Amino acid sequence: MHWVSNIVVVLLIVGAILAGRHVARDRFWRENAAQLWRRRPFAIGVIGLYLFLALLDSIAWIDPASEANALTSGKPRTIIDRIFQPERFKEASYSAPLADAAFYGGQPLLHPGAHLLGTDLLGRDVVYRTLKGVRVALLIGGLTSLVVIPIALLFGVTAGYFGRRIDDAVFFAMTVLASVPSLLLLIALIMVLGKGTVQVCVALGVTGWVHFCRIARGETLKLREADFVAAARVLGVSEATIIRRHILPNIAHLIIITFALSFTALVLSETILSYLGIGLDGSWGQMIDQARNELSRTPVIWWNLTGASVALFTLVLAVNMIADAMRDIIDPRTRREER
Amino acid sequence: MSAPLLAVEGLSVDFPGDGGRVRVVDCIGFSIAAGETLALVGESGCGKSMTALAVMRLVAKPGRIEPGSRIRLEGRDLLSLSVPEMRGVRGARIGMIFQEPMTSLNPVTTVGEQVMEAIELHAGIPRAKARERVIELFGHVGIPDPARRFQAYPHQLSGGLKQRVMIAMAMAMRPRLLIADEPTTALDATIRAQILELLRTLCAETGTAVLLITHDFGVVNETADRVAVMYAGQIVEEGTRLEVLSQPRHPYTQGLLRSIPKPEARGARLEEIKGIVPRPGHWPPGCRFHTRCPFAFEPCPVRAPERTALSATQAACCHLLTREARP
Repeated sequence: MHWVSNIVVVLLIVGAILAGRHVARDRFWRENAAQLWRRRPFAIGVIGLYLFLALLDSIAWIDPASEANALTSGKPRTIIDRIFQPERFKEASYSAPLADAAFYGGQPLLHPGAHLLGTDLLGRDVVYRTLKGVRVALLIGGLTSLVVIPIALLFGVTAGYFGRRIDDAVFFAMTVLASVPSLLLLIALIMVLGKGTVQVCVALGVTGWVHFCRIARGETLKLREADFVAAARVLGVSEATIIRRHILPNIAHLIIITFALSFTALVLSETILSYLGIGLDGSWGQMIDQARNELSRTPVIWWNLTGASVALFTLVLAVNMIADAMRDIIDPRTRREER
Repeated sequence: MSAPLLAVEGLSVDFPGDGGRVRVVDCIGFSIAAGETLALVGESGCGKSMTALAVMRLVAKPGRIEPGSRIRLEGRDLLSLSVPEMRGVRGARIGMIFQEPMTSLNPVTTVGEQVMEAIELHAGIPRAKARERVIELFGHVGIPDPARRFQAYPHQLSGGLKQRVMIAMAMAMRPRLLIADEPTTALDATIRAQILELLRTLCAETGTAVLLITHDFGVVNETADRVAVMYAGQIVEEGTRLEVLSQPRHPYTQGLLRSIPKPEARGARLEEIKGIVPRPGHWPPGCRFHTRCPFAFEPCPVRAPERTALSATQAACCHLLTREARP
């Protein structure tokens, strides 16, 4: 499987370069991007850092050096794995941040003073686990949005644009889906599909598209009656081209904002799934769930929880700040007039 | 006389309303010769814009053009064309400009791109060529610094410039017919004159006929060759500009002309036509104007008046005219 994620990394980098070139070329996007950078340099930096860490954790390969070691042979290791060497960089059990001795028993550690955030029950370094969680969190948000946005756009825009029967059908589907408790549906779907990153993302996507679909439909209904759509029709432009060139660009800002907002909601909802025992392996949700058991001890074992929740909080805060700034920039009612 | 460019016969448009279908345009007919400007005049809600949309075959569902209507452009029956064929007519053979230049342009695309869309669609020429054509066109419709304006977004242009862009878009393929739906209503008086002048010269250059929809007799006087006056979904009077403006024969036309403010009547109360245009579906029986007509007499509420030819070019639908003819 590791070569799949390597290919995805390459595709993502190529995609990012192409998107960047488009933004740089099109004045509308370039101005908005520049304004966003001026307003939220810190949040953008945080997102950039997270993306970078996730990329580091996605590039994996098998090399002769690790084949020679019985612990790592046959397993592709990512760049983060290679930096931390988790097979070696571990203790027997809990140890406090930067401690020299184990939390229980007080035996000297293998790597005294080296665990910045201590170790967990199995002696794994908390910093390492937190960093590994970055990729999982971004996958949850990103992959699910990849499921949600196309479904929601397809149904929402066609329902809004063509109306009548298509609209009735889509609305019926949305109402039915919205009337089932989403957590119940989610658990049922994961039981059917099985546990795994892609499966969980698909399950989250299937239960989560209704909200965005409703937004896309509403906005399309409004745009369908817009004068510039009438003007395009008068020019003899076909329906498909009207949707592509006049409807979609006008809801692009909604797509971006909804993506950002649903991203944070998804990352947070994964912790609930972990609590229910159907979360993703190596996620922050799982770390928090495990740490929950340790909170009742005295002295309290806090570093496990801290590592995961600070990372989660920072990501969610940064994305929300960017989403908020984007809404301000894009929404003409809050936009400062700039000439 | 040669065949007219556009011939509309028995055109009716209806919408489903309370208890059956309600006509908003009722069996109207008119024709436009090549290069001619016909002004369609009337109050709001009398069916002017719907007539224009019907010619474009863009009456929005659930409205429909009733079977039996005939619209012929250059001899081709537009109502029997397939949807893709009709798309080929729109933009290429018939152009249209709207009342609101502010909202008629896509806010997230440059104006150049939008005009280019029309050219690419119908002419099938490479983008670089199309771009040149658009810049040339922008210069032609009086947009200063056209190469720079090509890159502009609609919000960066004034109302007058936007309307020029709309005109460039509509005229990009040199259509045979231009439908202008209240093209100057949303503009200031000074810009209005410029835009009308531009429309007049452009159409004269290219020999484009114009169907001008307006409620403003000032605009009619400046641009029209012939005038058709609409009331409650019907054409009540038509004739050349001179005939209709100087010798209106239908009481409605007379009323409309009297309700124009005149400089010599300063201080006097402005005359008006009493009442409002009845809603479609609530048209009175007989002559639809009789409830508001100062001259209404016995046959008016009973029988619909017939079209009476008054000269080779002027005709009106009013019982007064037939009474005068047979004293």
